[in-house]
Amino acid sequence: MPTDQKLQKTPLYQKHLSLKAKMVEFGGWEMPVQYEGILAEYQQTRTRASIFDTSHMGEFVLQGDCLKNGLNRLVTMGIVDMPLKTCRYGFLLNEQGGVIDDLIVFREEKEKWFMVVNASTIDKDFQHMKKHLTPQADFINLSSSIGKIDLQGPLAREILSSLVADIKKLDYYTFDFFHLLGHNVLISRTGYTGELGYEIYYPAQEIGNVWDVLLKKNEVKPAGLGARDVLRLEVGYSLYGHELSDVITPLDAGLDRFIDFNKDFIGRDVLLKQKEEGLIKKSIGFVSDSRRAPRAGQILFDASGQKIGSVTSGSFSPHLEKGIGLGLVLSVMKEKGAPVFFGTENSKESAKISGKIFYKNGTLKN
Amino acid sequence: MDIQNDFFYTKEHEWVSIEDNIATVGISDYAQEALGDITFVELPHVEDEIEQFGQIASVESVKAASDIFSPISGKIIEVNTDLESQPGLINKSPYHKGWIAKIEVSDSEELSNLMNAEEYENFLESEG
Repeated sequence: MPTDQKLQKTPLYQKHLSLKAKMVEFGGWEMPVQYEGILAEYQQTRTRASIFDTSHMGEFVLQGDCLKNGLNRLVTMGIVDMPLKTCRYGFLLNEQGGVIDDLIVFREEKEKWFMVVNASTIDKDFQHMKKHLTPQADFINLSSSIGKIDLQGPLAREILSSLVADIKKLDYYTFDFFHLLGHNVLISRTGYTGELGYEIYYPAQEIGNVWDVLLKKNEVKPAGLGARDVLRLEVGYSLYGHELSDVITPLDAGLDRFIDFNKDFIGRDVLLKQKEEGLIKKSIGFVSDSRRAPRAGQILFDASGQKIGSVTSGSFSPHLEKGIGLGLVLSVMKEKGAPVFFGTENSKESAKISGKIFYKNGTLKN
Repeated sequence: MDIQNDFFYTKEHEWVSIEDNIATVGISDYAQEALGDITFVELPHVEDEIEQFGQIASVESVKAASDIFSPISGKIIEVNTDLESQPGLINKSPYHKGWIAKIEVSDSEELSNLMNAEEYENFLESEG
């Protein structure tokens, strides 16, 4: 077990220890990678429901007109037209079009924005945003005072409605404030698993109650970062630091749909130039011909043995019972079904290029 | 943590049990627990000659890949092909159904390079 004093702990840290979770370092945090086992937690989430401690993630609040305070120029997605109580996914870019972070923007009121960012990038994101917002903008980092639990799985709605009766009205990628165990809190119908689910934002000091009450439900078990990574990879979601980074643009990553080119935003010029000149790199999914899994950082080769790129994420897929991966390759390689090899110069495993969604039966929008 | 009394162990957490000069080889309960759910096993080939502490197999869990080293030298005479479709047998039954290979032992003196059950238990405790 890591004993590094510098690692941060979430408010649910003791809960994980008492559940005998295997703890690992993740983005500067000491987090549960598994409890019962990654495959069991995976199956639990795909067929019933799991809770994940995502309290490490960052939350910012900004008040004001997004056209005047600079927010609209900071994020790639259109936000001016966002209806109240909806969420949108997009990116913060640097001047070179590289991704500083991916984030979800929530429109709480006409001029009140809640934003959720990755744990390891909280400080970097906050500084970047602060720099580009007007000096008088009312912008705060609430990350340390907010705890977060994701309840994910096909039974999530039934389970949560026993605590929050009106949760059933919440549509995919919307949110609202609900009374839950003595607090009026933000709950969004979002997640990172491809299943029906909710993210519950709760006062950090009291989130242990929510964890305990949910765990007492028969159909709920805890799941760790290991299962979370397999679940998100099977549905082709990007992970910052893997599919996305300071030197990968959203176009390289194939995420054009989260960019509104009809407005000005930081990095837009570079992306437009990329579009005009054509992409050099392309994001692909691929399926191993065996149970052997690709691993992030391995090399990808074409059928002639030429190096064409690298693996950005890889895992065993319990759904396909084969290895699956996402990779960034030269854009000439994109034909589905084409052979591709992953590994090292000395040890190559065969795979086929596929779409990036490996699991298509998710209950996400049910 | 389960440790089989009459088996011998390596510091890399492989085990060997010997009967009539045939060694059966696998990984310990501690090893399977540390690796987590095993999803793939690359088995050696029958007839392969293996050196003591040389690579004999590799296993993959959801999170990582690991090389497995042979506790003893000799010729592979049988491999556990059940692991090809059910690699999780190593998690469920590391000392029995999850065996990896059987080896015709070339030098039984090599056992002196291994730990017995008591020594392995002490080793695990010292590893913390």
